[in-house]
Amino acid sequence: MKQGYFKIIKNIPLTRDVYEMTLEGDTSAITAAGQFVNIKIDGLYLRRPISVCDAESDRLIIIYKVVGKGTRIMSELGEGVSLDILTGLGNGYDLDKSGDKPLLIGGGVGVPPLYNLAKRLIAQGKNASVILGFNTEAEIFYEKQFKALGCDVTVTTADGSYGVKGFVTDAMDKDYSYIYTCGPEPMLKAVYARCNSGGQFSFEERMGCGFGACMGCSCKTVTGCKRICKDGPVLEKEEILWQK
Amino acid sequence: MAEMRVNLCGIDILNPVIPASGTFGYGYEYADLYDINCLGTFSFKGTTKEPRFGNPTPRIAECTAGMINSVGLQNPGVDRVISEELPKLARCFDKKVMANVSGFSIEDYTYTCERLDKCEQVGWLEVNISCPNVHGGGMSFGTSPECAAQVTKAVKAVTAKPVIIKLTPNVTDIVSIARACEDAGADGVSLINTMLGMRINLKTRKPVVANTMGGFSGSAIFPVAVRMVYQVAKAVKIPVVGMGGVACAEDVIEMMLAGATAVEVGAQNLINPYACRDIIEDLPRVMQKLGIDSLSEIIGGCK
Repeated sequence: MKQGYFKIIKNIPLTRDVYEMTLEGDTSAITAAGQFVNIKIDGLYLRRPISVCDAESDRLIIIYKVVGKGTRIMSELGEGVSLDILTGLGNGYDLDKSGDKPLLIGGGVGVPPLYNLAKRLIAQGKNASVILGFNTEAEIFYEKQFKALGCDVTVTTADGSYGVKGFVTDAMDKDYSYIYTCGPEPMLKAVYARCNSGGQFSFEERMGCGFGACMGCSCKTVTGCKRICKDGPVLEKEEILWQK
Repeated sequence: MAEMRVNLCGIDILNPVIPASGTFGYGYEYADLYDINCLGTFSFKGTTKEPRFGNPTPRIAECTAGMINSVGLQNPGVDRVISEELPKLARCFDKKVMANVSGFSIEDYTYTCERLDKCEQVGWLEVNISCPNVHGGGMSFGTSPECAAQVTKAVKAVTAKPVIIKLTPNVTDIVSIARACEDAGADGVSLINTMLGMRINLKTRKPVVANTMGGFSGSAIFPVAVRMVYQVAKAVKIPVVGMGGVACAEDVIEMMLAGATAVEVGAQNLINPYACRDIIEDLPRVMQKLGIDSLSEIIGGCK
């Protein structure tokens, strides 16, 4: 983990309420795809944890959906604004388990962390397929970016306005060696039920600190209590205990 | 040269800055970030007789200038704290640690304190009496002078280490509780624990934290904490450890002027993991600006 200041170099909407923010700063603490950063926002008390979409040398990209006061303020920040950010938080995905044909499944704002993961897997020569799930065509983002990496991309929309009609699980009839996924909990549960390989699932929880000190985001797993922020957010399929 | 040393219940500490229980784990998470030996001491995660998972999530809510937590005393239990956490701490901290203890019955408290009393690393026992008394109808021990005195006496009987009773602000008259602890033999009192609070999600119309209510902390409660520390310090002769919304070196000095011998820093650690180190580094500058040579001389100095 590292604390540092990042300068906003771009902050643009990708859809009606999803934004892509590009920042400049020291990303050396980010060591794995699927990690997150924790952003201090003027006027708010707690930092806001946001997953890393991509990070290389001194450039950091995050994608966030405006869901409350914090993300609304973020969406209004202009170029040149400096942000106090904790980087390199969480465990991230383990690339070594992917096998030759990993399948990456993202739903909504669960899509971003899979971008850097796909990039890393393809760099290793893996044949990565991606399923991106959205509610409707107007909410789709990053399809082109994943295709540009060389992934086989399937988009699903719940209302059938684009791509495969239905949920991500309706596009899972593929041959795959391993699953990496991130998205809302009902989606993770459905993917878990259909998954016939090993897999890693990235979870979301309200956090206090984001670095393992406050026990605000604890969950029960097969292997004991884990902190989503420090021992997660990525959990192995075998250790997941569905609570709710 | 700014003198920051203070004596807390018979033990000299480098400076009065102490990370508060529940915001600093068992120390080693922060040792990855900075050398925690710069601290006076720290109060470790509230420890109970049995392991506890705590409350369901979400456990955290944002507030104006503060936060609510309903972690619910998640900890591995005193036996594992002694066998696993304290040895890990020993590798990165060479000072005495403050052991924070919680319980749901008098027997819980004495069991846990008796075991921690045998640990060389433990300097003080900070006894949190804000928990519900399961044998007393669920009322918190800290809300009646009689119950607070009962816990104090029981703990004092099983340990030779200084006992600091941590008081809840969720009472009508905190001074009477502090006096009862002093009369029962407490070596010090620390205050304030979090204030009971609640937030409601406007869209779902449900409480934000799963446990409905939780402890409110952060800068917003600082004036309440200063007032209570001031009142208690005037009424007792034992040292008072002040806490509640402390965020900077100026806050530490204000707390000491109100009567605190040492000052705990809580929620601020969660938003700035370097908060305590930064405060300690900034204290000499603020002391010089205010013409303070020695921090111990300003304790209770509010005119």
